[in-house]
Parts: sequence; C-alpha cells; structure tokens
Amino acid sequence: MVGDFFSAVGDVLSSETTYSSGWRLAVALAFVAVGEWIAERAGTINISVEGSMLAGAFAAAMGYDASGSVAVGLLIGAAAGLLVGAVQAHFSHNLTANQFVVGLTLNILVLGLASFLNSSLKPETATAHVFEVPGLVEIPLLGPALFGQPWPLYLLYPLVPLAWWLVYRTRWGLEVRAVGENPQAADVSSIDVNARRRQAIYFAGITSGLGGGYLLLGQVGWFEDAIVGGQGFIAIAAVIFGGWTLRGAMLGCLLFGSANSFRLSLPAVGHPLNSELLSSLPFVLTICVMALFAHRTREPQSLARPFIRGLR
Amino acid sequence: MTATSAGAGDVRYDRAREGATVLGIYLASIAVALVAAALVLLATGGSWTSVLSALLDGSVRGPGRWGTTIGVAIPLLLVALGTIVNSRGGLVNLGQEGQLFVGAALGTYVATHIGTGGPGVLFLIMLAGVAGGAIWAGIAAVLRYQRRMPEVLTTLLLVFVASQAVGYGLKNKNLLLDPTPDQANRNLISERLRPDTRLPRLDWFGNEFPMTAFIALLLAILVALVLRWTIVGFRLQMLGRGPRTAHRAGVSEARYGGLALVVSGAFCGLAGAFMLAGGDFGNYRLTPNYPVNIGWEGLLVALVGRNHPLVSIPVAFIFAGLRTGSGFLAATGVDRDITKVVQALLVLALLVPPAILFVRDRRRALAAAADRV
Repeated sequence: MVGDFFSAVGDVLSSETTYSSGWRLAVALAFVAVGEWIAERAGTINISVEGSMLAGAFAAAMGYDASGSVAVGLLIGAAAGLLVGAVQAHFSHNLTANQFVVGLTLNILVLGLASFLNSSLKPETATAHVFEVPGLVEIPLLGPALFGQPWPLYLLYPLVPLAWWLVYRTRWGLEVRAVGENPQAADVSSIDVNARRRQAIYFAGITSGLGGGYLLLGQVGWFEDAIVGGQGFIAIAAVIFGGWTLRGAMLGCLLFGSANSFRLSLPAVGHPLNSELLSSLPFVLTICVMALFAHRTREPQSLARPFIRGLR
Repeated sequence: MTATSAGAGDVRYDRAREGATVLGIYLASIAVALVAAALVLLATGGSWTSVLSALLDGSVRGPGRWGTTIGVAIPLLLVALGTIVNSRGGLVNLGQEGQLFVGAALGTYVATHIGTGGPGVLFLIMLAGVAGGAIWAGIAAVLRYQRRMPEVLTTLLLVFVASQAVGYGLKNKNLLLDPTPDQANRNLISERLRPDTRLPRLDWFGNEFPMTAFIALLLAILVALVLRWTIVGFRLQMLGRGPRTAHRAGVSEARYGGLALVVSGAFCGLAGAFMLAGGDFGNYRLTPNYPVNIGWEGLLVALVGRNHPLVSIPVAFIFAGLRTGSGFLAATGVDRDITKVVQALLVLALLVPPAILFVRDRRRALAAAADRV
C-alpha cells in the first residue's frame, strides 16, 4: 500500500507533464505575487489582486475576441487590472477608506461584472500558440516545462528581475520600501507617501491583470466565472509565506503551484490523495510559517496601516 | 443677551446646513452608483425599469416574498452584528464566511449524530454553531495575541481552510456525508435535519419566515445596549479608538481584543446554525459552498450601517432584498449577477461620503489651529 503510493508518486515525478503543469500553475500565481509583493512592501495588503486578475482574464477574452491577437488581449487585460488597482489605490490611499473593505468590495464587483458581461457578451477565445525555445527545450524533465510553453508565460521571466531591480536598485524602490516601513519618516523626507503606495498598487494591478490574461490565453483558453477561483488569495499567501522577500514569494508560488498540479495529477495515476488537504495547503502552510518564524521574517512595519499626516 | 441668542440661532442654522450637506453628499454618491449600474445594464441592452420592477417583485411585492427576504436578512444581520463587535474593538475580521461555514458544519454534525429531536437538541445545534464560529475565530485570536500575527491575514486565510475542511467532512460518511445507502456518492450533501430539530416557522399574512427573526432583532438591541451602556462595551471601544489610552487605563488588549474576535466568530457561527435549521438555505441540508457569500455580504452590511447595530437592521433587509429579488430577474432576460454589481457599486459609493467629510473636517480643524497660532 505504502509502496504503491510511493511508486505512484515516482510516476508523477518522472513525467514531464507534471513539471509542465506545475510550472504553468506556479507562473499564474507568480505574475500576481510579483505585484502584490511590491504593494505589500509599500504597506498595503492589496486584496483586490483577486479582482484585478479576474478583470484581466475577462478583458483579455474581450480583447482577443475583438482583435484576434493574443498580444492585444494581454495588453487590454493588463489595462483592466490597472483599472481595478487604480480604484483600490484611490479609495484606500486618497480617500482613506479601509483598504480591506475596498478590496473585498472590488472583488465582489469584478466577479459580478465579469459574470454578468460574460453571460451577455460571450467572448470567443483560444489559447496562444506554444513557443519552444530552441536548444533549451531539449533539457530533460525541466526543458519542456520552462521553455516549451505558450508564449505569454515567458513574460514572467523578465518581469521578476525587473521587479527586483525596481525595488532594490532605483530611487523609486527605495522610497517604496521606506513608505512601507516608516511612513512618518518618509513623509518628513518629502516623499509623497500615499502617491508611492498608490503607484505600488498600480504595479500590482498591471501584473495581476497580466496574470489573468495569461491564465485565460495561455492556460485555460475560455472564460468562466471560476477561472481565478481564489488564486489571487493564494498569491497573497505566497508573499506572506515568503516573508516579504521576492525570492521567498517566488518559492511560495512554486510550492503552491506544484501542490495544485499534484492534486490534479494524482488521480490520473490512480491514487486519489486527500485533495482537500492539498487545496488548503497554501493557507495552512502560510499560517504555520508565520506562526513559527514570526520572529525571523520581518513584515513591513506599517503594513496595512493607513497614512494620514499628523495622525499615527 | 441678544448676542448669545443670535449665536444659538447660528448654531442651529449651521447644524441644519451641515445635515443638509451630509445628506446631499450621501444622496449624490448613491445616485452615481445607481447611474453607473444603469449604464452597465444599458450597454448590454437591458431595460432598467423592468429590472427594478422584477427586483421589487422578487423582494417584497410578490406573494410571500417578504418572508423569503426576512429569511435571508437574518443571517446577514447576525454576521453584521459580529462584525460590529470586532470593528468597534479596532480589529478587522475578514473570516466571517469561514466562521459561518464551520458553525453550520458543527451544527449539522450535532444534528445528524444525536439521533433524537426536540427543543433541547435544537438548542444544542445552536450551541454547536456558536462554538464552531467561536473556535474558528479563536484560532485567529490566539495567533494574534500569542504570536503577534495580524488577525486580518489569519482570519482571511482561515476562510479557505474552513471550506476545505468542511468539504472533507462532506466526503466522509462518519462525519457529515449523508449515509443513506441509495444516496449517490457524488452528491456531497449531508443528511436532512429531522423535522423536530428544525426552527419553527411563522406565517404572517402569507409570509413565512423562521422565528429567529425576533432573536436576531433582540440580539441587535442587545449589542447596541452592551456597546452603549456597559463597562465591557466601553472598554472595547476604548481599545478600538485609542489602544494606547486603553493600555494606560488598564484595559487588557489580549482579553478584550480576543473577546471581540471570539464573539464576532460566535455571531457568524450562530448565523450558520440559523441558516441550517431555518430552512431558507439548502433545504435543511449542508452542501458544499453552503455560506453562498452571506459572510462577505454581512461584513458589507456592517460597513454600510456604519458599525451601528440598529442601523444595520434595515441595511440587512435591503441587501437581502437585492438577493431575493435577483431570483426574479430571469423573466426579464437580464443575468442575475447584475444585483452583485449594484450591491458592490452601492458599497463603494457609500465609502466615499465619510472619507470626504473626514478630509473636510480635518482641513477645517487644521485651519482653525493655524488661526489660533
């Protein structure tokens, strides 16, 4: 029985499709997590990424339907994600409304709007074509997963170093980190705290919209209401799991994406593992990691605290 | 003498003008939201008059619809009451959906495993619901005050854990799954509650609703009284408004904050038990995705009701009306999800006026302070 289980796990681990599907699922999370990481470093827990992702997916479907081009679809998806992010940013860091309430409401709004519009407009979509990077795709096991995928997936590869460079190597990034740690000090240094926070949320909106577009055009191929289904929240969990570092967040996405693909592929080899356990793994693991390593990971010190000059 | 009376008149005039301004800002925001919703409808070729009339038919005008709407408003109000308790204490609970689900699941477990019925068992089911919600929120409270983890994140993450945990229970016959042999395994639903463990339903002028409506109303009054007139309520709100003041006044943050979270969860769990035994949701059976967003919407009810228990009563009814009214939209050819859009737009619109007033009052206060200097 135990031997059977391990041989089944071995079968899963030695097949290239496992790695491909795990990587695809992880990438969808990573698009969102990159943006959410920056937003959280600036001090916002941006719950609306779930809505941005769904808006991105639906807008990408509409864009593809209208233009027939995957690139246009992705661009429109990113724009829709940005729009959701902009609403979140202005409500929470201009009007000083509670960021969680705004995010939650936006998620409900986008879900309602997308399923309402989908039922009346019914966009026709397809998946982007697979682009195999010559040479690299020949690598055994990992080659097809990393370099033999629908082309929108490759957008993530430059995006992650770009985010790292923005946050750690530019003045803007320094200010974003300052604003997330000590907004009062940043304010005194003539940094516009709420503007930086808004900009960080715009970035999160764009990448989440892109992630939604990738999910639709690179992975699923048609729009359904449940296409995102909590993946935005898993990405938020990944950022926290990673202790607010980019490395950790990406590792979290990889782990949670693999767990998800494991859940999907185990029944195929005849071993229904407890799928509820695997589905709740990202959340349980994040809570455990936070509880155990709370003293080692340092969250941005003013995470989720609104900044109003003169009020602490 | 004349000067003072003129001053009093000014104050009265100022107050009236102030009230008119506030009302004007609120009305303008709501109007913008409704116009935006109408535009979405027009863009897809729907007619807003027929939608409005269908919504009214479905929520209040149709025969017996008052009762249905009240049935939906009960859990919404309870969740809102719980949310008010934690918000007044300065804590953010985003886990209502999960707390409600766990409460309903524990209630189902008790109901299906006891084997007898009667008022005592019904009471036990309610108690199990309260315990389920309180435990689920209690986890977040323990993590908050033992490990300093933000309750916002833990409550939110626990929502997803709750739905998976209950999903697991619904797959196992010795937990929640209906063990009847002819029941197909794929139907992940629990056994039906025995008729003598269901909540009694009243019938007023053809409108049928569970008697828990009155319990919910009483609880709303109770919460208002406790917050307004008791020491516990006072300390809780002191914690919410000025944690440092509360600390100096000897209010234990862990005790009162933890209490607020647990009470909040208990209200949500009770809402779940009421839904289960009330009959308006899932026909006395627990199903996957049982809370159907009641938890999220209850949170919004509390928000729109400005965290006031009594104001939340009509708000819960309006939100329930949007939900029950949406069932009648099929006849108009408009997708029922439009009500979600209307609801979310309304909530967003209602976030704006307090923010505008806050910014304005602050600017005035700063100007006055500058004048004094």
